[in-house]
Amino acid sequence: MTTRKVLQVDWVPGSDNLRGRCHCGAETVADDPVAMWQWLLAHPDHQHPFPVRSEDA
Amino acid sequence: MSEFVRNQWYVAAYGREIGRELFSRTVCGESILFWRTEAGDVAAMSDRCVHRRFPLSQAPSHLVGDTVVCGYHGFTYDRAGACVAVPGQARIPRTARLTSYPVTELDGFVWVFIGDPGNADATRVPRAPWLDQPGWTTVSGMEPLAARYGLLVDNLLDLSHETYLHGGYIGTPEVAETPIVTRVDEEAGIVYVSRHMADAACPPFYAKSTGITGRITRWQDIEFTPPCLYLLHSRIAPVGVLPGADGTDPDAYHVEVVYALTPETEHSTHDFWAVARDFALEDQGVSDFLAENNRTVVLQDVAALTVLEQVIATEPDGYQELSINIDTGGLAARRMIARLR
Repeated sequence: MTTRKVLQVDWVPGSDNLRGRCHCGAETVADDPVAMWQWLLAHPDHQHPFPVRSEDA
Repeated sequence: MSEFVRNQWYVAAYGREIGRELFSRTVCGESILFWRTEAGDVAAMSDRCVHRRFPLSQAPSHLVGDTVVCGYHGFTYDRAGACVAVPGQARIPRTARLTSYPVTELDGFVWVFIGDPGNADATRVPRAPWLDQPGWTTVSGMEPLAARYGLLVDNLLDLSHETYLHGGYIGTPEVAETPIVTRVDEEAGIVYVSRHMADAACPPFYAKSTGITGRITRWQDIEFTPPCLYLLHSRIAPVGVLPGADGTDPDAYHVEVVYALTPETEHSTHDFWAVARDFALEDQGVSDFLAENNRTVVLQDVAALTVLEQVIATEPDGYQELSINIDTGGLAARRMIARLR
C-alpha cells in the first residue's frame, strides 16, 4: 500500500462520468475534467463532498 | 513574463551529437555552446563571447585542447567558461567569464540545468534506462517543432489523437474509444495516464515490427515527469495474453517510447523521440522500420502543431477552449507545470 499523496481520476467505463479520489479518501463523480481537478485540488476543502452514487461504486 | 520553467533539467542533445566540434543549441531562450573535453566530459557554456557577443559555435571559433578560442578576436575560455587569454594584453578583465551550465549525461541524453546552478541536483534527473541498456534496442531522433512547448505537452498527454492524426501508423479506433485512468503523484511530480485496450486492432507500427497478425491487447501507460521527460510504456500481446502472476511477461512485446520536450524559444520546441524495444533486438529491418515510422508520426504531430501555433499566436489571450474526458491527463500536466513556474 502506497503512502504517497496520489490523486486519481477514473473515466468510468461505459459512461461519460469521471470518478475522482483524493489522497485523503474523499471521492466524487463529475462529467467535466476541469471541475474534477478543481474539486480534487481544493483539498482539504472539498466542496460538495457528495457521496459516490451507488450505481457508480 | 517568460513562460519557461526554470531551475529544471532539460535534454539538450543526444550524447552522440556532442564531440570535439563546437555545437550550439538554444534551450529556454539561452544559446548554449556544448563540446566534449579531451577526457570525454561534456562542457556547456554561453554561446556568446563576452567581448562582442560573437557566437562561439561559429567558425572560425575552435577548440584548442580544453579551451575555446573565439573566432573573432581570440578571447579564449576554459571548460568552466573562465576567460584565460585575451588578445594583446596580459590583464584579463575580471568580468570576462561565460555563464556555464551544469550538465550530466544519462541514458544517452545530455541534460542541462537551466536556472540557478546552486539548485542543480543531478539526482533529480528523471531516467529512461531502456535507451542505453542491454536487452533493448533503440532508435531515436529529434525534430524541430515551430510551436510552443505547451502544445506538445497537450499532444502527448492525450493519445486519443492517434486515432485521427496517426491512423494507418499507430492509431486505431480503440484508442479514442477506451477510457483512461489518470493519476497525479504530487510528491514525485509525475502524471500518469493509462489506457488499457483488451481487444484492439493492431496498427501497422506494431503489426510489422512484432509480426502479430491478429487483434491485440494493447496497454498504453504514460509517465510524464514535467517539464521534460515523457515515457510511454507500451505493451502489445495477442488478445487475452496477460502478464503472469509473478510479474513476468514473456509473451508480450514491450516498447518504451520516450520523448524529451525541451523549449527552444517561447514559440519553438526541440522534440526528441526514441523508441526502445525488447524484441527483434538484432533485426536491422525492424530498427529501420520503427525509426522511419515513428519519425513519420512525429512529423505528423509537428505539422499539426505548427499550424496550431500559428492560429493560437494570432488570437488574443484568454481564448476559449473546451475540455472533455480525454483531456484529464493533459489538464493535470498543465497544472503541474504551472506550479513549477
